[in-house]
Amino acid sequence: MATTLDSDPKTTPGLWARFLDSDIFYSFRRSPLTIAAAIVTVVCFAGAFLAPWIAPHNPLDLSSVDLMDAYTPPVWMAEGNPRFILGTDDQGRDLLSAIMYGARISLIVGFCSVIFAMALGITLGLVAGYAGGAIDSLIMRIADVQLTFPAILIALLIDGIVRAAFPRDLHDQLALYVLIFAIGLSYWVQYARTVRGSTLVEKNREYVQAARVIGVRPVRILFSHILPNVIGPVLVIATINLALAIITEATLSFLGVGMPPTQPSLGTLIRVGNDFLFSGEWWITLFPGVALVTMVLAVNLLGDWLRDALNPKLR
Amino acid sequence: MNDAMMSTDEQPLLVAQDLARYFDVSPPWLNRVIEGQPRQILRAVDGVDFAIRRGETLSLVGESGCGKSTVARLIVGLYQPTRGSIMFEGVDLATLRTRAQAAPIRRRFQMIFQDPYASLNPRWRVADIIAEPIRTHRLMTDRAAIRCRVDELLRQVGLSPSDGEKYPHEFSGGQRQRISIARALSSKPDFLVCDEPTSALDVSVQAQILNLMKDLQRELGLTYLFISHNLAVVYHISDRVGVMYLGRLVELADVEELFARPQHPYTRMLLDAIPDLEMTGRPRTPVAGEVPNPINPPAGCAFHPRCPWANERCTRERPEMKPAPNGALVACHAVEERRLPPARAVPPGSPI
Repeated sequence: MATTLDSDPKTTPGLWARFLDSDIFYSFRRSPLTIAAAIVTVVCFAGAFLAPWIAPHNPLDLSSVDLMDAYTPPVWMAEGNPRFILGTDDQGRDLLSAIMYGARISLIVGFCSVIFAMALGITLGLVAGYAGGAIDSLIMRIADVQLTFPAILIALLIDGIVRAAFPRDLHDQLALYVLIFAIGLSYWVQYARTVRGSTLVEKNREYVQAARVIGVRPVRILFSHILPNVIGPVLVIATINLALAIITEATLSFLGVGMPPTQPSLGTLIRVGNDFLFSGEWWITLFPGVALVTMVLAVNLLGDWLRDALNPKLR
Repeated sequence: MNDAMMSTDEQPLLVAQDLARYFDVSPPWLNRVIEGQPRQILRAVDGVDFAIRRGETLSLVGESGCGKSTVARLIVGLYQPTRGSIMFEGVDLATLRTRAQAAPIRRRFQMIFQDPYASLNPRWRVADIIAEPIRTHRLMTDRAAIRCRVDELLRQVGLSPSDGEKYPHEFSGGQRQRISIARALSSKPDFLVCDEPTSALDVSVQAQILNLMKDLQRELGLTYLFISHNLAVVYHISDRVGVMYLGRLVELADVEELFARPQHPYTRMLLDAIPDLEMTGRPRTPVAGEVPNPINPPAGCAFHPRCPWANERCTRERPEMKPAPNGALVACHAVEERRLPPARAVPPGSPI
């Protein structure tokens, strides 16, 4: 340890110092919109993931819910109750808390399905690009076929299969995993195509040939040589896809094939609230909707900025 | 240079026999069927024979596209030969089918690439790059021992051990090529294939890298196959030189002999093209014409359309490699029939 410290401290500044000095951070500082998006994202994520500790009520705890509180409007309206800032739903649950817990489920589904799609897409893209020939054709034709189906349709299909295969209560327990699997499976193609394209370029670079001459195994060439050099664009897609995945989850839940009402996500909340829109309780569906739009917009703006910041042609 | 070693060890280190590699550059199947286009085969290397003795440097020279880099890639196993064989210490490399069989031999081959900016993974630290052959072949497993060996290699190629912590982009072209050499040496190979290792470098740095390679050859008893289009560099580093034209060897001779008495008309043309600082005003044969398309090479001797001494036999019959009076192997009917004027000596003092 001592020797590494002595060697040359000036040439290798800390990671944080290098980040503050980087082009990416510079372009971040120069864009007020991006800073605003980042702040909103952080607030949304913090609110969602810290929900059990900071939410005013626990909407999942049935003992704390009182049906007498049902249909309370937001606090600034005449019949508002200061205990429920954004009002309550038809069962008397606090909407703000329900949104925080719902956003948590939406984000978990979003993150996990993006990670699943990334793992699948990156692996298949690397293999297709590196192996070439028949394997490449097979993987990319499957991808082409899948692209002709909308993501929602694939997710509905998988959900339908699981629904038919498992009894209802088991299906409700599995809903989260089914959603992650279905959404992940609908979005792997984009990663596979991007990674395959970059892999085709990288595999002919001399450092890959050098590794082959050394006798490095193909799997290791793929994951430790090529992957670090193709991951940049993938991370940009992942950020934008996170927003897409959250919307897809909300859509599926809105259509009634996503999260059950016992574990509501933002989409479930919007669907439930939708029924009361015409009877005057507009807040039950509006506030989850606003939360969803804000979160997705902020994440999307961050993704757009990241894409531009990492693209040297747009600098 | 290594007399004692050569006399005791008669067997050449590496022998290439009738080595050939064709590339299928045909249009896609549908185009061929519907538009009636023929299959097209590019003969990048078409029957090359040579042997490399232990401790010597054999250079292959030729214009762009003559197949010299393909030969390098065939030998290190990046391409499989279409025809012919490569024997390393009497073992045919084609018989090593499994990874386990090939690994002990592969460890003894390494390659230095042309572009020092592309041949090092930009995301890896230099120490990891250099240690990769050691880790891949499990020559050492102890982290401290590997670190120690990497430091030794860095010093050996004229870098500092603290450079191991840096990334490739922090180095100049010449320093990167030193890192490439350190990586190639880390598995203790006997044989290095160098594919134009200096052509991407400044002239002053070229000389440093060449001298480093010569020093390492002397210290470690290395054998080099050196690919270059730069005759000055070749003159500096080689023991023997093979001249390639359109996928075939046309002349193979000791370096002094080749530069003093070039036999093949193509070799003479190449040597005449070397600029010199003395402005001797010596008569030169200008390099005329272009390299023909290797997909459709000329019949007979591939060089005959550009050769001032070509006759009817050259357009018809492909010349074989035969010993010339000066000991060189030459593939030329005119040399064989002794209808060439005596070779002009090229002043070899001019290189670099």
